[in-house]
Amino acid sequence: MSIRSVSKSWTRSNLIGLLVFIAFIGTLPLWVRTPYALSNMVLIGIYSLVTIGLCLLMGYAGQISLGQAAFFGLGAYGSGILTVHFGWSPWIALLIAAVITAVIAYFIGIPMFRLRSHYLAMGTLAFGAIVTIVMNEWKVYTGGPTGLPGIPRFTLGAIPIKSDIAYYYLAWGTVIIGLIIALNLVRSRFGRALRAIHDSEPAAQSLGVDVDRYKLITLVISSIYASVAGSLYAHYIIFISPNAFDFSVSVRLVLMVAVGGLASIWGAPFGTAVVILLTMALREIVPLLTRYGSGEHQIIAYGLLLVVIMIFMPDGLTVALVRAWRRLLNSETLRRRLSAYRRRP
Amino acid sequence: MDEPLLIMEVDRISKEFGGVRALDSVSFSVYERQILALIGPNGAGKTTLLNIVAGTLPAGNGQVRFRGKRLNGRPTHDRVRMGIARTFQQAHIFDKMTVLENVMVGCHLRGQCGLLHAALRLPALRREEEDVYLDAMRFLNLVGLGTKADQQAGSLPFGQQRLLAMSRALASNPTVLLLDEPAAGLNRMEKNDLAELVRRIQQMGVTIVLVEHDMELVMRLADWVVVLNHGQRLAQGTPEQVRRDPAVVAAYLGTERD
Repeated sequence: MSIRSVSKSWTRSNLIGLLVFIAFIGTLPLWVRTPYALSNMVLIGIYSLVTIGLCLLMGYAGQISLGQAAFFGLGAYGSGILTVHFGWSPWIALLIAAVITAVIAYFIGIPMFRLRSHYLAMGTLAFGAIVTIVMNEWKVYTGGPTGLPGIPRFTLGAIPIKSDIAYYYLAWGTVIIGLIIALNLVRSRFGRALRAIHDSEPAAQSLGVDVDRYKLITLVISSIYASVAGSLYAHYIIFISPNAFDFSVSVRLVLMVAVGGLASIWGAPFGTAVVILLTMALREIVPLLTRYGSGEHQIIAYGLLLVVIMIFMPDGLTVALVRAWRRLLNSETLRRRLSAYRRRP
Repeated sequence: MDEPLLIMEVDRISKEFGGVRALDSVSFSVYERQILALIGPNGAGKTTLLNIVAGTLPAGNGQVRFRGKRLNGRPTHDRVRMGIARTFQQAHIFDKMTVLENVMVGCHLRGQCGLLHAALRLPALRREEEDVYLDAMRFLNLVGLGTKADQQAGSLPFGQQRLLAMSRALASNPTVLLLDEPAAGLNRMEKNDLAELVRRIQQMGVTIVLVEHDMELVMRLADWVVVLNHGQRLAQGTPEQVRRDPAVVAAYLGTERD
C-alpha cells in the first residue's frame, strides 16, 4: 500500500458506488411510474437524509438517539411556522430552521452527553417527548394535534414546484450531497476520532481526542441532516402534525439505520428503503392472508421480519450482502464457469 | 554532562476512595530523558498515581506540575496536547479499526484541517492525510508492526496489541510517556523486545514513567526507582540503592521476626 492508495483507493470504491447510485436514482423514475410508488420514493429520500445523519451518530460515534424524529420535526415545524405565519420563502425557512435546530441540538447535547448508553437513550427519548408536547400544546403557532395545514411549496423564482418528480430529484439530490459530505467526514481525522470513541473512550481521550466535544459536534451535524429533511417533508406534504415526529418515528429511524448496517454510511439509505418498502409490501400482502388484515397484523409481520434480520444479519443487510457477493465471487463453480467462458474461442 | 532538566513534579499527591487512603502525600520528581519506574506491591497505588498524572482521575490533594505548570483540573486531552501520553494495562486498542488507523488517531492533535475541509475534502486535507499516513507508518515501523498496517487491530495477538498501543501513544509526540504495566502477560522474548523498545524511545528524547511488576525488567531499564507501599513513598533511588534498601526488601518479602 502506498501513500497514494490511502487517499485514493477509498475514493475509488466510493466514487464507483456513488456513480452507480446516482445512475440508479436518476433513472428510477423512468420505470417506476405510479404516483403512489413515486411519492414513496420521495419519502425514502427524505428519511434517508435523516438516517445518514443518525448513522454518523450511532454507527460512527456509537451514541444512540431515540429522539431523532424531534430534530426532524423541528425542521418541519420551523419551516412550516416561518412560511405559514411569517410568510418567509421556503428556501430561507429551510436554512433558518436548520440553524435553529442545530443551536437547540448543541444546548441539548451539553447536558445529554453526561449520560451514557441506556441513560443516554432515555434522555434523548425524553427530549423527543418534550418536543412532541410542545408541538401539541403551542397551538397558536403549531396548530396543536390537528396539525399545521397550508404550508407553501418550494418555489423556483415565482413558480411553485408542485410535481412529485421534481420533489423526487430535489430530495435525492440533497441525499447525494448529504452522502458525499458524510462519506468525506468519516474518512477524515474527524471520522477516525468518532470511530475511536466508539471503540474505547478512555483510549481516544488518551490520544488527545476531546470526546465530549466530538459527540456534541456529531449530534449537531445529525440534527442538521434531520432538520433539512424535515423542511423538505413539510414543503412536500404541505401539512404537518405532531404524530409524524413522535417516538414511534424515532424508533423507526433507529431501525432503518440498524437494518442497513451501522458499519457504513451506505447502509443508511439502503436500510431506509428496505424498511419503507417492507411497510408498503406488508400493506399489500397482509390483507390477502387474513380476512381481518389490519394495522396490528402489519406491525407483527413487520416486527418478525426485523427480528429475523437482526438475528441472522446483526451487522445489517449491507454487510450481509457484501459478504454474500464476495462468497459468490470466490466460489469454485463460478470460477470454473468463468474460466470455461474465457477459454471459448 | 549538563544538569538534568526537571520536567515533572508530583507534589504531595493524596487520594481517597470512600475513606480508604489510596495515596498519601506522595512526592517525586521526573527529569528529562529519564526512565523512572514506579514499583510496589499490589494495591500500593501505582496505577492510581498514573491515572492522576494522566488526568483520568482527579487528585484529592496536592499538585502535579509539568514544566512548572499546574496540571490539576486539566482534562486528559489537554494534557496530551501539553505532551503527556499514556498507555493502559488492557491495551484498549480500537478493535474495529485497522492497525494503521489506530496510529493515525494518535496523530489526531497534529491535524489542522477543520470540519469544512473534511466535509468538502479540500486539497489541504488530502495533503494532511498523506502526511499523517507517513507519520503513522513511521511510528508503526518503530514497533515493528509496519507489515500489519492493513490488518484489523482486534485480530492482533495480545503482545502486539500492546506494541500498537505504545506506537499510537508515541504518535502523539509526547514529552513524557506513561506506561502502565507494559510487560504484564508478555513472555520472556516479548519482554526483551519491549525493553529494547523502551530504550529506543528514551533515545528519541522521550521521558518515560513506567509502572511495572517485573523486577528484573525494572532493574534493567530504570534510571530511577520510586517504591510505593500502602499509598506512601517507601523509598526512592537508583535501582542499586532501592534493591539494597531494607524497608523495600521488607515490604516485598515480609520482615523477619526475631
